[in-house]
Amino acid sequence: MSAEIRFIAKPHPVTGVTNSKLGMWCFLSSEIMLFGALFSTFILLRAGSPAWPHGYDLLNVPLATVNTLILIASSITMVMGWAELAGKNLKAFKKYLAATIVLGCAFLALKGFEYGMKFEHHIYPSKNNFYGIYFTITGLHVLHLVCGVVVNLYFLFPGSKMWEKDPEQFLGRIEAAGLYWHFVDLVWLFVFPTLYLL
Amino acid sequence: MSHHDHGHDAHEHKLPFWQKYIFSVDHKVIGIQYGITALLFLFFGFCLMMLMRWQLAFPGQPLPWPWLANLFSEKQMMSGIMLPEFYNQLGAMHGTIMIFLGVVPLAVGAFGNYVVPLQVGAPDMAFPKLNAASYWAYFWGGVIMLLSFFIPEGGAAQSGWTSYPPLSNIAQDGQTWWLFGMVLLITSSLLGSINIIVTIVQLRADGLTFFRLPFFVWAQLVTSFLLLLAFPPLEAAGILQLMDRLLDTSFFMPTGLVVSGEVSKLAGGGNPLLWQHLFWFLAHPEVYVLILPAMGIVAEIMAVNTRKPIYGYKTMIYSIIFLGFMSFIVWAHHMFLTGMSTKMSSFFQITTMIISIPSVVILTALILTLWGGSIRYNTPMLFAIAFLPMFAIGGLTGLPLGLTAADIHLHDTYYVIGHFHYVVAPGTIFALFAGIYHWFPKVTGRKMSEVLGKIHFFFSFIFINGVFMPMFSLGLAGVSRRLWDQTQYAHAVPTQPLNVVISYSAWLLALAQIPFILNFFGSIFFGKKVNNNPWDATTLEWAAPSPPGHGNFETAPSVYRGPYEYSVPGQTQDFSPQHLQGGK
Ligand code: HEM
Ligand SMILES: [Cu+2]
Repeated sequence: MSAEIRFIAKPHPVTGVTNSKLGMWCFLSSEIMLFGALFSTFILLRAGSPAWPHGYDLLNVPLATVNTLILIASSITMVMGWAELAGKNLKAFKKYLAATIVLGCAFLALKGFEYGMKFEHHIYPSKNNFYGIYFTITGLHVLHLVCGVVVNLYFLFPGSKMWEKDPEQFLGRIEAAGLYWHFVDLVWLFVFPTLYLL
Repeated sequence: MSHHDHGHDAHEHKLPFWQKYIFSVDHKVIGIQYGITALLFLFFGFCLMMLMRWQLAFPGQPLPWPWLANLFSEKQMMSGIMLPEFYNQLGAMHGTIMIFLGVVPLAVGAFGNYVVPLQVGAPDMAFPKLNAASYWAYFWGGVIMLLSFFIPEGGAAQSGWTSYPPLSNIAQDGQTWWLFGMVLLITSSLLGSINIIVTIVQLRADGLTFFRLPFFVWAQLVTSFLLLLAFPPLEAAGILQLMDRLLDTSFFMPTGLVVSGEVSKLAGGGNPLLWQHLFWFLAHPEVYVLILPAMGIVAEIMAVNTRKPIYGYKTMIYSIIFLGFMSFIVWAHHMFLTGMSTKMSSFFQITTMIISIPSVVILTALILTLWGGSIRYNTPMLFAIAFLPMFAIGGLTGLPLGLTAADIHLHDTYYVIGHFHYVVAPGTIFALFAGIYHWFPKVTGRKMSEVLGKIHFFFSFIFINGVFMPMFSLGLAGVSRRLWDQTQYAHAVPTQPLNVVISYSAWLLALAQIPFILNFFGSIFFGKKVNNNPWDATTLEWAAPSPPGHGNFETAPSVYRGPYEYSVPGQTQDFSPQHLQGGK
């Protein structure tokens, strides 16, 4: 009697989405609230502080600009990969996905270098609330990116076996992973101006 | 529908015990796991409170039973006398456990998990593995909270369920455990709420449009959105407090704070009120998380047992959606006394008055549902009916709290404690009991005893009012909450005898739960066997076998009518199940 759960691979005729896509949208809306709360914290602390520093005086703007470009490029490769997969070209998809992962790791490496420079100068989150919120927000963003890289690695190697069995569902998974990846990029596009440029 | 043997059992492939009952991904097993764990936590939280009630009734006197006093270390009790630090631990953990480990997991984790897929005609939740992950995150969050009592230095968290800094920032390690526990509980809620939303939106049976959903499903849908969107800010706040505690940041630490006569060496520049804003941005929607599923349960039981449709079904749905929206913009009514500007407090005063309108609409609709019904006074219905006046008392006493002028007097007194306990204890918890009695036959195939059920109901009803009614008097007399011994304040000495009344009521309330415990376990084995639809109800869960097998329905159901077609003129029976075709 056990009936199948519907709309795993095929979209629901009325809502137009699969379960995992709707689930991902729900998850991302909660993520918006999470980062929204941290940005609100930033605004509140800044507004309440008599001498809040300028990000561009303390942080490495050129490095962060390079990182911004890297992340934007990774978003593009992620979409290209999905488009190749939709065109049933698994090989090309894998190339683009690998490129996305490499770009993601490049971002993490540069970010690690940036953190290292700060630690070398004995600058830790406890120094003041500017650094406190800087490390908290960017740290959480790094954590999100690490998760994205792990998920993409999974889909690059063991996860891609699903392509043989159920290409439609696999495509749906890659789309959901892509949504997440773009979201993480988008967060950075807010982090960069608020922390580095203001 | 077949009333005879449940043929599904034979088809099920044999799974080893641990896979079938422990690490199951079946929504019904997970629902039961949630239910049992949550009931145990409710019991444990109740025990913490009963201990506190001894100290409050007889301040500074040793516990009457040496065997009980011997259970505690000398950092908790001094020769049977409760130490203030331990009292604070009990208070903080009572609140945390009751709300985050008891009521919400029972209302959303257990009832949401078990009943929602059945009521929408789905074979399971949309994401069964996430569902199991949600339960295990909850389980380990609970374990962390419990273990924190055994931390040698300082024991469990002591800063109240609200964990206000700077006190919570400088508190001992128990607070860090509390924060880690909360992060797990938040993760659990997040996974659970996504699952419920996707299940309701995507997996409804054919013909089951949104306006044919039982009200309970609507309540769970709105509740899930509240959990989804309100919890992340608390998670953010938790992360910030962890940073403060572990990495010495100063998000919540103001400049020049003096602790134990010493100026803090931290950088400072933080703002303790920031925590309060982030906390209440969650915790006000959270109180609706506590009440909405209860309203849903009560609506289901009322329709079945009055044999008529609930009054104003669509109005109730619009009200509950409006309630959900509004609950995001009233949070600062918990902070009227923090020195906010009058413009701000006027705004939150107005939104608080507005949000009580949909609550009253729902309550009125439920009362009108009784009007002209042929009421069956069985145990679930008694609890459901009692919910109405209890919730009304809780809600109405909220209004003076929402008016800034009155709140100056009432804030942080026992009046607030009385207010929210009326909504949560005789309100929500009564509704949860109603739900247990109502859906027990679906889960086990057997009914609970009516005699024991009625004993449980009447004594619980009397004693629970004995507990919470006097609190209004205490609060109006100016007694602050969270006191270890109110007689240390001259103005609070005359009302001390009320504490004795409250404590005896609380202990008797515990005795009144014995019939429930006997009934619950006894009925699993010896309860009267019933058919699939013992209450003659209309909604889809009663179309499935009792208990439903893996995959729930023998054939995927289709829906032909609204949820509450009771006593339709011209029909042969007084109920028309949603999945049956024919008739008008
Ligand atoms: C229906 C209209 C309601 C109104 C106007 C209302 C108003 C308020 C206000 C203004 C406060 C803050 C009092 C103070 O701290 O000075 C408060 C506290 C509280 N309310 Fe309500 N409330 C309502 C319903 C509810 C419901 C339905 C629940 C829960 C199921 C609830 C749970 C709570 C809790 C838990 C607190 C206290 C939290 C704490 O300080 O520890 N309230 N209410
Ligand atoms: Cu509130």
